[in-house]
Amino acid sequence: MSGFIAVYLREMLILRRRIRRQVLSMSVSPLLYMIAFGYAMGGIKIEGHSYREFLIPGLVAMSSMTQAFAIAVDINVARFYWHIFEEFQAAPLSNIAYVSGEVLAGMTRAFLSVAIILVIGLFFRVCLNYSAVAFWLAIALDSFIFASLAVGLAMLVKSHADQAMFTSFVITPMAFLGGTFFPVDRLPVWAQKILFFLPLTHASKAIRASAYGHPVDYSSYLLLAIIGVVFFFGAIHCVNRARD
Amino acid sequence: MIRIEGLKKSYGAIKALDGIDLHVAAGELFAYLGPNGAGKTTTIRILTGLTRRSAGDAWLGGFHIEKEGLKAKKRFGLVMQSINLDQELTVWENLDIHGRLFGMSAGERKKKIDQMLSYIDLIDRKTALVKQLSGGMKRRLTIARAMIHSPEILFLDEPTVGLDAAIRRRIWALIKEIQEEGTTIFLTTHYIEEAEFLADRVAFLDEGRIVTIDTPQALMSRTGAWAIDHMDAGKMKTQYFQTRQEADTFITRQKESYTLRRVNLEDSFLLLTGKKVG
Repeated sequence: MSGFIAVYLREMLILRRRIRRQVLSMSVSPLLYMIAFGYAMGGIKIEGHSYREFLIPGLVAMSSMTQAFAIAVDINVARFYWHIFEEFQAAPLSNIAYVSGEVLAGMTRAFLSVAIILVIGLFFRVCLNYSAVAFWLAIALDSFIFASLAVGLAMLVKSHADQAMFTSFVITPMAFLGGTFFPVDRLPVWAQKILFFLPLTHASKAIRASAYGHPVDYSSYLLLAIIGVVFFFGAIHCVNRARD
Repeated sequence: MIRIEGLKKSYGAIKALDGIDLHVAAGELFAYLGPNGAGKTTTIRILTGLTRRSAGDAWLGGFHIEKEGLKAKKRFGLVMQSINLDQELTVWENLDIHGRLFGMSAGERKKKIDQMLSYIDLIDRKTALVKQLSGGMKRRLTIARAMIHSPEILFLDEPTVGLDAAIRRRIWALIKEIQEEGTTIFLTTHYIEEAEFLADRVAFLDEGRIVTIDTPQALMSRTGAWAIDHMDAGKMKTQYFQTRQEADTFITRQKESYTLRRVNLEDSFLLLTGKKVG
């Protein structure tokens, strides 16, 4: 338990040192999306809601994904540049403790970014049903999946370039196609079938439905939980692969 | 305290370690001397769980490095060649995180961190960020960090590389003090004088194999007591002598320039492997 706390505490101490820069960088993208898309498509109604009301839950889903996944960059810097990962490898620290600490750190960053988006939303007079447990549970599952994926991937890549390539080919397309900016059901059926397999599609759906106060589709939560558990145990397995 | 049997490591066709056998007694300061690429760091990386072995076995404090990995890891502290400190954290935070990784209680951590920071003369800098420290301070901090959980074994991988002579001497004094308190020390170096000054025993490592193991004095006396570097047909050659008298006799016959000096471990290494260490 103390090992898990050490890993998490280290990430939080670093986050605290960078908090101003971090909050600013987490604010830029959602602010730009709200200005660009929110104003440009201001008159459009989707599922009976304004486009801004549609966009905020999408941004919450996207940002909780990207910020949780961003923990991979910090792990890579610690691994390839500062060699701090060796300190963890040489300590009596179980793989599960290490992965849990890093995943929780990724989730914490995700929740911070969500808080920023909700505040930005308030400035644009968007206030949805944020008190629902289902809303926060969907964010937790979304960030759990991508933080676990990030830790696993950070163990497998051999350089920063590999990491950037994965982000370009997987994370960025998912951010745009996973129901953030438009409803997935407006795409061709073949595209919808492909997007069904992406976790962000289900996270966006769940987060949006709960923010609107609509009935919860438990199948999305179940699916997200299953994917999260698979990625989490995959990450634990990958820690051994990080050794020469 | 450290037992290694038939340890091998290969990267494809390259044999980084080719069957290492050795035993380091409790409280001993054992130096692993060899040129770059000899396998020094690979040995430490395998013993500390950073690299997988290809064959062979090793035990630290009686615990197998892989089968009883977590127990073995509690027994050692590791100082890597690179300064692997968290630059964005303070001196105190770096040590505190390490203490937590080794399961130390809050009380134990506070007591030991204060003690270690006083020991390495960094108590006044405990709230400073690591990135604000000099190279010598960072190196002392990595050694203090490795000692926070009171390990029985301390692995030092090229602990003074890149440091100037004055700081190097200070680190040596620190290493000696740690050994005097009963810690077993496994040191890799390619600095001859470091091995001579610090080590109880030295292993010469070349191309993944141990060439010989003995005390520095015994290794040097096998070579001789005196060495003369002289020019012979336009080439620099070195001649070894057991006594000063023999050396003086040789000098009387010298027509070209020469240097008379004491034999060192570099001479012993050169004689056994045909290579220089540094």
